[in-house]
Amino acid sequence: MEALIDSVQVDLAETEVRDLNSALHSPGSKAWRVANPLGKHSIACGLDAPLTVDIDGHVGYYCAGMNQHASVTVHGNAGVGVAENMMSGTVRVHGNASQSAGATGHGGLLVIEGDASARCGISMKGIDIVVGGSIGHMSAFMGQAGRLVVCGDAGDALGDSLYEARIYVRGTVTSLGADCVEKPLRPEHLAELADLLAAAGFDHDPAEFRRYGSARQLYHFRVDNAY
Amino acid sequence: MSNDLASLGLRESATYDRATIHAIQRAAETGVYDIRGWGAKRKLPHFDDLLFLGASMSRYPLEGYREKCDTDVVLGSRYAKSPLHLDIPVTIAGMSFGALSARAKEALGRGASEAGTSTTTGDGGMTPEERGQSRHLVYQYLPSRYGMNPDDLRKADAIEVVLGQGAKPGGGGMLLGQKITDRVAGMRALPVGVDQRSACRHPDWTGPDDLAIKIAELREITDWEKPIYIKVGATRTYYDVKLAVKAGADVVVVDGMQGGTAATQEVFIEHVGIPILAAIPQAVQALQELGVHREVQLIVSGGIRNGADVAKAMALGADAVAIGTAALIALGDNHPRYDAEYRALGSAAGYYDDYQEGRDPAGISTQDDELAARLDPAAGGRRLANYLRVMTMEAQTLARACGKSHLHNLEPEDLVALTIESAAMARVPLAGTSWIPGGGL
Repeated sequence: MEALIDSVQVDLAETEVRDLNSALHSPGSKAWRVANPLGKHSIACGLDAPLTVDIDGHVGYYCAGMNQHASVTVHGNAGVGVAENMMSGTVRVHGNASQSAGATGHGGLLVIEGDASARCGISMKGIDIVVGGSIGHMSAFMGQAGRLVVCGDAGDALGDSLYEARIYVRGTVTSLGADCVEKPLRPEHLAELADLLAAAGFDHDPAEFRRYGSARQLYHFRVDNAY
Repeated sequence: MSNDLASLGLRESATYDRATIHAIQRAAETGVYDIRGWGAKRKLPHFDDLLFLGASMSRYPLEGYREKCDTDVVLGSRYAKSPLHLDIPVTIAGMSFGALSARAKEALGRGASEAGTSTTTGDGGMTPEERGQSRHLVYQYLPSRYGMNPDDLRKADAIEVVLGQGAKPGGGGMLLGQKITDRVAGMRALPVGVDQRSACRHPDWTGPDDLAIKIAELREITDWEKPIYIKVGATRTYYDVKLAVKAGADVVVVDGMQGGTAATQEVFIEHVGIPILAAIPQAVQALQELGVHREVQLIVSGGIRNGADVAKAMALGADAVAIGTAALIALGDNHPRYDAEYRALGSAAGYYDDYQEGRDPAGISTQDDELAARLDPAAGGRRLANYLRVMTMEAQTLARACGKSHLHNLEPEDLVALTIESAAMARVPLAGTSWIPGGGL
């Protein structure tokens, strides 16, 4: 309740997203609360300061895109590319997320409490993503760095063409993509998984997860790869 | 040598020429396809197939060196708060740090700035050397998003969303392991030494409707200040340009199949895409039908070599051109002084295209510190600026001869074609006739 009192309140039924983002990019209040997002796109993108933004409802594409330093919480579902290319900070979605959640993210923590659709963590470059539910096909495609934790199941072609991103899945994996293999879950992995689950607010036992990573067989061009 | 063989009555096959025979032999010996740099090397209908109709009785020319013939261009005036205003309509195309050395990127920035034009990053992020020396810097937003970050996005003067390039429309980039040094790997978040594959499609949008939302996001992140370009490789240009305009582009960049690359499969370079000559009229038609020709600016590239090419591209309706391969040649690429070293690599000055190997004797397409040190960025920048000035003066010479006081006043009516193919593609009459072959789209 204290946050409600101290926050700047913005109603997107009356205010343009452009005006909201402009205000969020300017020096001023550190706490914001956004009402009636109505599935609009690009809400709270390009933030570059340690702000706290709470969005009460569903957001469209690219919410919290390229976030730096800020903590953005969506009290609803998120559209395509939530927290895309995030550099730092935290983005939390209480509901489900559409495809390409956390795409190309370089850093920070993205928590999706529900399910995430296809291409979750595609081309991830250092971001940590923790999904409470399941994820869709082609997730972590070409993932370069960072960790993707899935408390539910993973769809087809998980980790296709993976570089050095690490993937942890608690449930089943429909299929692994090219050059993605299951790897041993060693103590250091259990430890980092425990840290990620704790940061995300989940209390699963890390030992229930399996680890997947790159077989590194596609790292150099060879005739066998030319299929 | 060839004359001696001809005197013996030997005849080379047109179908199986020596390069073809060598390619078959190389494939049979190695089992891998050929990867190389440069652009298409095959003979294509090009600007050389067009001629200007200088003024005479029915047109009034301008005096060669004295009368005004402006060359400036504004890019990004449709939606951006801060469009680019360049002194000349010849820009430097996107080439990555990684493909090129940091010193080469700096030299491109120096030359472009001295000549009053823009340069462009590439598939590897923005270097401080490049930003520091570039008065107008276009930041590419590519499928890989290597090195993409909001700080550099805000430092840029324009943003170019790259859907493809002329050398390989439909293909992603590649950078072989010998060029993935610590610095390149760090900027791209990749393992050192890996043969890097860039994605061929963007990770977070899948069509023109999504792209419109993506562009709106980029505008939101940069507070609607930066012009946003969309770059496509020349293929279905009429439709691509219409969709780019619909998606909200300020500027559309069309790169023909002669456009260069740092590393792509030979089969891709030579067999995918269309010549820039065939693409420009399609792009202009699309813009005109939408009523945005000149409001959404058109930049074309792919084989622009001299002021005649610049003037012809603009006469066909482009607002500006971009150069890549020619800019590298101006810096020193393929210079005869390195011929012995090119030959030691199995090539020769004038033929060298193995940019992917990172052993460039000219120190341009390399990450080797000793080789890179051969290129003095200040001297290279001066050469590039000289070249850009020459191109501009050449284009002005032709424009004045056609009676135009601004390069933008050149028009298709100033041109004729030497061949039926070029007449059909460029949609100008065959010389000496009023015949424009073909029915357009």
